[in-house]
Amino acid sequence: MSMPFYVSPEQVMADKAEYARKGVSRGKSSVTLEFQGGVVLMAENLSSLMKIGEIYDRVAFAGVGKFSEFDQLRKLGVRYADTKGYAYSRDDVRARGLANAYSQAIGDAFTQQLKPLEVELIVAEVGDPGLAGHERNAIYRVTFDGSISDHEDYCVIGGAADDLDGFLRSEYQKDFSLGDAMRLGHRALERAVEGQPKVAPENLEVCVLERSRLGRKFHRLSTDTVREQLAG
Amino acid sequence: MRFGGTYDGSSFFELLSSDYAGLRPDFSGLSESFDPAKLPHGTTVLAFKYRDGVLVAGDRLATEGHRVASRDIEKVFPTDSHSLMAIAGAAGPAIEMARIMRIELEHYEKIEGEPLELDGKANKLSQMVRANLPAAMQGLVVVPLFAGYDTRRSQGRLWKFDVTGGRYEETDYESTGSGGLYASESLKKSQSNDMSRGESLHSAVQALTDASDEDRATGGVDLRRGIYPIVCFCTDAGIDRVSDADVASVYRSVVGGGS
Repeated sequence: MSMPFYVSPEQVMADKAEYARKGVSRGKSSVTLEFQGGVVLMAENLSSLMKIGEIYDRVAFAGVGKFSEFDQLRKLGVRYADTKGYAYSRDDVRARGLANAYSQAIGDAFTQQLKPLEVELIVAEVGDPGLAGHERNAIYRVTFDGSISDHEDYCVIGGAADDLDGFLRSEYQKDFSLGDAMRLGHRALERAVEGQPKVAPENLEVCVLERSRLGRKFHRLSTDTVREQLAG
Repeated sequence: MRFGGTYDGSSFFELLSSDYAGLRPDFSGLSESFDPAKLPHGTTVLAFKYRDGVLVAGDRLATEGHRVASRDIEKVFPTDSHSLMAIAGAAGPAIEMARIMRIELEHYEKIEGEPLELDGKANKLSQMVRANLPAAMQGLVVVPLFAGYDTRRSQGRLWKFDVTGGRYEETDYESTGSGGLYASESLKKSQSNDMSRGESLHSAVQALTDASDEDRATGGVDLRRGIYPIVCFCTDAGIDRVSDADVASVYRSVVGGGS
């Protein structure tokens, strides 16, 4: 009988983290920004597979990393939200509860599975001024080890996140219109691309949580609308 | 709420059955001797085609046997931006079915990234009515109407169902519930598929008024309490519910100026 080699827990975690970080940074970045009328989620996307999705009336999802893994998490989120909204009320479905559930699930996978999930997520919620206690927007970021953080104004996930974070900090303004937010998001995504600093509108996936809409506030912008907004 | 389960498909109804069985409506606990007439029942709903799409309408009364259970219950439910469901029969299970149907369509759209075709929606509802069969055998009958605007074919369409989930697409009009027969008789004379919006609203209010005249369980218009039938139009542009004031003015012309 062979004895397994002893590997310290620190080493195991460090190896897993490095593996997951590499996986995440291979993909494109995704940026989420607050604007006057709600929250806009943007990603560079060369395929027809969606990186941004609707979770519930006021809640949206964006993922980077390995598509099959974050898309599975997106579906789990939709199931969680729809069941919760059915069992309680539609207003009880909040981004914080969902982000916590993601954090638990991704954290469990990180410690218990041999292969960690190579994903990073954003869960965003648009505030509703007519609903006491729900007025503010919320943006949560969950990383591959299950760490969760909340963000104001903007949030970036993906390989170039640290660099883009600094860029957005210096450029972001509170009173942005949708067009302003999208142009800044577009510039940020172009910064993330090495070697080819152009991201064409048809390669941008843009979804908006629009506060003024009734009921389901999530909608996906067509390429034409994206082009118009970016032109200003 | 538990996060993650065993179900991996696109149906909310199946998700409930598979992973959250306690949340799925289950009426199997009713004893044989239970009298379903003790539960509120919805009475008359109707749907028909007109020039721009379909119209769906329903009165507001619910009865428990010979008693009034509610005077202002809602029986017409938008299930998504371009489809509606109208319910008659045992109100509790029927309203729950309409709620689940709405979530079902939205759930599918979110999971799959695109909405179901109108045929697919009608088929799904048929499965839900069939799943209610055990309860129907105990008297909790749910018989919905389903109508919507088929954006692919650019036309309004409507379906009726039977308790076994049988699904029948209608070419012109359909009405169900206790006063459904009288409403159908009325629509037979007044409805045509090329009516204008104004004519179809008149036709719908006329049919519900006729039904309430002959069927004691159908509510019609209650001017004194200000309770009016729900009338919804469904067209390419989506669903539009007619205001109470508009229904009231049409009602006055239906009954001839007075009251």
